[in-house]
Amino acid sequence: MFRYLVKKALILCISLWVVITGTFFLMHAIPGDPFIGDRVIPQEVLNSLYAYYGLDQPLWAQYLKYIKGLLHGELGPSIVYQGRSVNQFIREGLPVSAQLGLQALLVAIPSGVLLGTWAAMKRGGWQDTTAMVISTIGVSVPNFVLSSLLQFVFSVKLHLLPVARWGGLEYTILPTLALAALPTAFIARLTRSNMVEVLQQDYIKTALAKGLPLFQISIRHGLRNALLPVITYLGPVTSQILTGSFMIEKIFAIPGLGQWMIHSINGRDYPMIMGLTVFFSSFLMIAMFLVDVVYTMLDPRIRLRKEAYG
Amino acid sequence: MDKARFAVIILSILFLMALIGPFISPYGYSDIQLELKNTPPCLQFWFGSDELGRDMFTRIWWGARISLFVGITAATIDMIIGILWGSIAAYAGGRTEELMMRFCDILHAIPYLLVVILLTVIRGAGILTILIAMRMTGWINMARICRSQILQLKQNDYVTAARAVGASHTRILFRHLIPNAMGPIIAAMTLTIPTAIFTEAFLSFLGLGIQAPAASWGVMLNDGLSAMRYYPWRLFFPAGMITLTMLSFNLLGNALRDSLDPRLRE
Repeated sequence: MFRYLVKKALILCISLWVVITGTFFLMHAIPGDPFIGDRVIPQEVLNSLYAYYGLDQPLWAQYLKYIKGLLHGELGPSIVYQGRSVNQFIREGLPVSAQLGLQALLVAIPSGVLLGTWAAMKRGGWQDTTAMVISTIGVSVPNFVLSSLLQFVFSVKLHLLPVARWGGLEYTILPTLALAALPTAFIARLTRSNMVEVLQQDYIKTALAKGLPLFQISIRHGLRNALLPVITYLGPVTSQILTGSFMIEKIFAIPGLGQWMIHSINGRDYPMIMGLTVFFSSFLMIAMFLVDVVYTMLDPRIRLRKEAYG
Repeated sequence: MDKARFAVIILSILFLMALIGPFISPYGYSDIQLELKNTPPCLQFWFGSDELGRDMFTRIWWGARISLFVGITAATIDMIIGILWGSIAAYAGGRTEELMMRFCDILHAIPYLLVVILLTVIRGAGILTILIAMRMTGWINMARICRSQILQLKQNDYVTAARAVGASHTRILFRHLIPNAMGPIIAAMTLTIPTAIFTEAFLSFLGLGIQAPAASWGVMLNDGLSAMRYYPWRLFFPAGMITLTMLSFNLLGNALRDSLDPRLRE
């Protein structure tokens, strides 16, 4: 197991390095000058701007400086919002995005597991069909379509909930639902196929032969074994929620980090795009890695298989 | 009704309308008629008109062309790169396989949508940029599926037999192994299409993808979002089309996977 984890950690480090380096050089390959716009700027001012942002140095020196900054947790400045750094935006936006993301997780995991278990228990019945239709629709409706429809129905037509912006709990309901839909559908589908597989195992047949009721078997023996893989879904689900938040925060005008990402893209704020990309990708990659570590430690079957593999 | 049959019918209609839809109405996708702006669906404009008086019916089917093109091209690119990479890795085995698959692991860890956003920001909007950006890391899944297929298949006796009669590696790979691995590959391709359609709509919605006046569903949806309070049809038609298309491809892909993957067969 140890060898497997070391290997995974090594891959993580290389991927992180590829992303950071790739982002850096791509951003510097963009033609044009960030400071030359409509106004004519005197050469001395330009020179001091270059010096301030370190743009007068050779590329490798800038690269080394950037890496050094990253190691200290400095993600660089914003050019559009002068005098503010990417770290400041993260400090402001992350709590909002994190709240939204956690709420979505809290909705998605229980409802997904429930829906999937229900479908597997009543396999082939109308319950199964219903649950799988719901989950296929959940996978097929893009989050930006779902959020605009939710806004239309609950805010514009029924006036039940605020259309957008960020305030009390009532502001979070629609965005949380919109964000949770895809992970819920995804978890339901995977839980169902796991449960179906578990329910075909011999120990389930034994329990059935003993005369235990199906409900009890499903919950006691089935769900316990089918739940473990849910941990592995946390990786992709985190990524779904994070990238989903870009759209949801834009549509609901929520002052989170995803919204800033969209702003920096629209404003072509290259250093900020670079900083946020590095932040988001590192966050996701480390989260995936941790999920993998936890799962490997929890499930003895996987542990043994992976030892044999790596 | 059977889910797969439903999907095939919807997709056939979609393909047909993408082909002939723009010719049914007398308007072009960017014909502006300001005096007829925001007309609700009627006999003249079957799906209504938008804030510039453009015919939504024409624009929806132009959008279908873009979406289907993006989806199918993306899946084809995936298939070509994925099959080559995966099958060569599996067939070569040993150190080559190890290196090729580690390369996949590294690329796979990089978040897909962030790469796409970054590349479209840098290269500028456009259909080619979207395709390149999406498929940079998109083919990995196909390569993995293909590899595991070939790994199983290459243990078959007919491979040994082919080698015994002197068939070359290329011939074994392309005549014997890859055709046998096509089932799961085609299922995976079908499931790539809705993801690609979603990504294009997502980027166009953000303003990074297809540019106005072209009629991508993402662009139309973004326009419709700001107008939903008074002109809801401008939101409903693109939203419904994206959903219906993705739903159909997902249903078809799942059905194909279930019937082509022996493990899942009942």
